Amino acid sequence: MAFDENVKTEFKVIGQRVSRPDGIDKVTGKALYGADLSAPGMLIGRVLRSPHAHARIKKIDTSASEAMKGVKAVVVNSDLAEPEDDFFRDVKDNCLARDKALYDGHAVAAVAATSRSIARAAIRAIKVEYEELPSVTDVDEAMKPDAPVVQEGRADETVPAGSGPNVTTYLEFGHGDLEAGFAKADKIIERSFKTAATHQGYIEPHACLASMGADGRGDLWCCTQGQYNVRTICAEVCGIEATQLRVTASEIGGGFGGKTTCFIEPVALALSRKSGKPVKIVMSREEVFRATGPTVSSSSDVKVGMTKDGRITAASAKLRYQGGAFPCGTVEFGAQSAFAAYDLEAVRSYGWNTLTNRPKEAAYRAPGAPMAIYAVESVVDELCQELGLDPLDVRLKNAAKKGTLASYGPTFNDIGLVATLEAAKAHPHYAAPLGENQGRGLSCGFWFNFGGNTCVSLNVNHDGTVGVVEGNPDIGGSRASISMMAAEELDIPYEKVRTVITDTNSLGFNDVTDGSRVTFAVGLATIEAARAAKREMCKRAAQIWGIDAEAVVWEDGAAKPSGPNAGDHPPMTLAEIAADMDSTGGPIAGHHEVNADGAGVSFGVHLVDTEVDPETGATKILRYTVFQDAGKAIHPDYVEGQMQGGAVQGIGWALNEEYIYGEDGRLQNPMFLDYRVPVASDLPAIDTVILEIPNPGHPYGVRGVGETSIVPPLAAISNAVSRAADVRMSELPMSPPRVLKAMSER
Amino acid sequence: MKNFHINTTVNGDEAEFICEPDETLLDVLRNRLGMTGSKEGCGTGDCGACSVILNDRLVCSCLVLAAEAEGGKVDTIEGMADGDKLHPLQKVFIEKAALQCGVCTPGILVAAKALLEKNPDPSETEIRYWLAGNLCRCTGYDKIIKAVQDAAAEMRSA
Amino acid sequence: MVQVKLWGSLRDLADGQEMVEVEASNFKQVLEQLEAKHPALGPRIKRGVSLALDGVIYREAWFTPVSEENEVVLMPYMVGG
Repeated sequence: MAFDENVKTEFKVIGQRVSRPDGIDKVTGKALYGADLSAPGMLIGRVLRSPHAHARIKKIDTSASEAMKGVKAVVVNSDLAEPEDDFFRDVKDNCLARDKALYDGHAVAAVAATSRSIARAAIRAIKVEYEELPSVTDVDEAMKPDAPVVQEGRADETVPAGSGPNVTTYLEFGHGDLEAGFAKADKIIERSFKTAATHQGYIEPHACLASMGADGRGDLWCCTQGQYNVRTICAEVCGIEATQLRVTASEIGGGFGGKTTCFIEPVALALSRKSGKPVKIVMSREEVFRATGPTVSSSSDVKVGMTKDGRITAASAKLRYQGGAFPCGTVEFGAQSAFAAYDLEAVRSYGWNTLTNRPKEAAYRAPGAPMAIYAVESVVDELCQELGLDPLDVRLKNAAKKGTLASYGPTFNDIGLVATLEAAKAHPHYAAPLGENQGRGLSCGFWFNFGGNTCVSLNVNHDGTVGVVEGNPDIGGSRASISMMAAEELDIPYEKVRTVITDTNSLGFNDVTDGSRVTFAVGLATIEAARAAKREMCKRAAQIWGIDAEAVVWEDGAAKPSGPNAGDHPPMTLAEIAADMDSTGGPIAGHHEVNADGAGVSFGVHLVDTEVDPETGATKILRYTVFQDAGKAIHPDYVEGQMQGGAVQGIGWALNEEYIYGEDGRLQNPMFLDYRVPVASDLPAIDTVILEIPNPGHPYGVRGVGETSIVPPLAAISNAVSRAADVRMSELPMSPPRVLKAMSER
Repeated sequence: MKNFHINTTVNGDEAEFICEPDETLLDVLRNRLGMTGSKEGCGTGDCGACSVILNDRLVCSCLVLAAEAEGGKVDTIEGMADGDKLHPLQKVFIEKAALQCGVCTPGILVAAKALLEKNPDPSETEIRYWLAGNLCRCTGYDKIIKAVQDAAAEMRSA
Repeated sequence: MVQVKLWGSLRDLADGQEMVEVEASNFKQVLEQLEAKHPALGPRIKRGVSLALDGVIYREAWFTPVSEENEVVLMPYMVGG
């Protein structure tokens, strides 16, 4: 469904590389992030965490801690309210453990004290009596019928009888006759894969400053991807009314999905209510790794059949995900997206989620898709190798396009996969020569994108400038993009617009900054708000001229008489109308509220060259090119930035990053030294090719760009390493010892 | 434990503070001197978000005890611009979109400035290795490296 | 009548059918009719579903019109990072 009849294609501001409005604050150190705000009389909050992977909490004695000088409050699970809904109860029980500590690092109690050193001592003074229980952290082990039971009774109605006690959901997608399809294949490959859990790795640890009175009125400052979502969760978990809690989002130091939920905010509010003083909690990096959401780890079996000339005849994937100690639905998106890039007659994907004694999974950029597509794209590449076929030609031959029945159910509309593949094929990178121990890999990627609830208010000022008020934290330059869309629609210079992100009590509800939704949905609402303001300004001009409002149009940033009145009056600019607005009816503003749908799915293709050192098994990324359909690129720099950033997170996932648990279920690498994210010297330049295939669901053709880019790197790099090392890799990360071992066994 | 009374210089101005023996320079900058431009990303010297110059040497301020600043000279991100005139690195970082969330940016700017003072014409590889101690999770480093190269060229031609 | 396509694992909860016919002129009625005809689908619908209408995915929007001309596909509720 087209959002409006004439999708705009000629632009003045859109597509320029303007400077972001928060730039100076961010390069001078003035920008305020989660940990940067303090309040007079503030206490320091600190959280006590379980040293055990799985233990019954028999008793928590806080008396010694409470008796310490300078300790103003101690809270445990029972100090929070009891939400009825499972979702909120799980968030609560993750913020402070109920009757069992479910993973190493699970919060058990928290204190607020007058100094950091007293808070530290107060934590040590809390006596917790644990009864240790057997634990399980591996996805395949956790699915076994005799596995330690993480939580009882969490399976939903889809779980087949006879499944293990930790399986919480099962699902299946696809169509066609698999058996007949595989019978037509000349070659069938079936392989099993594993991927490690990785963390979003935002550089800013979670932090908040809470102030709440005994009457349940409060203010909360925190780094989050969605202040409204924080308010909803805190209201449920603290038992207060939404309107009484004003949440202000600080500048956010990265999120990638990991800051779409709460870990410390309800705890800080509870400590503040109990102590009657503001409370600040800042997580350490170790706490971030042990207790905030990494992505799922996975185990999968993929089977694909192909004819000699490269046509896929049938394909299936069994995906097993663990998302930690609470139920999660991430495998749904893996199972839906696994084969999205292909036009298949017979396809099936099956997904299981299981509980483990690990931290509760949080969304991570295209949640669930990278690990599924990694397995599928690895098998397709191996088939190409075995059959002597060009991997890009095979993708083109089988590519999903308009009219393809998607493996997840619907029939595709306009999609840009073929154009993306063709761009990759035509790029000099694809024909560049390779040396010894070097290999080239590629992979397709896919993500849905979505819109969601959005409010925007646009205010015209007396001096002809415009303020845009929106409610979605800006993670990667969205304030610039939103200002650009307002300027474009009003036809005024970008510099005349300032966009601010407001608190929960100053604008209606907004969904979280996630799902690659902000440029699409907030942009759409901004354009509509600008149109409302333009209508009002045309009306004011018509009154001044004494003609019908219908006989006025908005052109070149000004109201102009049209039709029979055309040329009767000189155009009246936005600034001129604004200067007189007090006398023509008062303030001029536009606003728009929508639950936006119609975000376009997006495809990407990544090409990578690697060199594997036969002595050490270490992989070097030599060259990397990202091709992605962005729809219309509003600010190309920030579109490229999303493509480059996602690719590099994927490189980390493919080569180094993993949660490593010991036999005791304790996390062994909760710091950046041992959980190794890519550093500048690991990488080459990341080249980008933006394809702009307009999304008919947005007035300027925007899709979403933030998430698709993390999907292809896993398989692209695995395929490149497999070719360079001459052995098929099937487990991530491909750390040097793992590659060396595979090479020695080939 | 007895607190220390420290006299030092921060961004050219005299600074005086009381600190606990185990407080880091980063703690003091942020919590006692109100300079929150330096960020704590890890507290273990792995991420570089707290980079400052101590006595003309690039350090992670989370690994330096505040007491070590006695009689010394500390330069932070807050002192990088000259009044309303941005340092070329700061200006180019904005122009070339070398930041997304911006939380690593102060540390990277401080580190990059230290590099260009030592080596006004670094190669791409030299920049990548110099900044290897500064983690950025948003950008994939590409635009950061290019911005440092551009700023270096601008400074050389100035 | 509108034909609604269910994903594989929901078919067991709908007498094994892939396509369920419902009398509905918008999404709200589609969901109500699905639940009325196949109560076992209720828990899943309550936890959240999306609907794809001719290939465009909608997360909510009760009053989106549908007719027998449209392709209507039930999908899990979309989330993102």
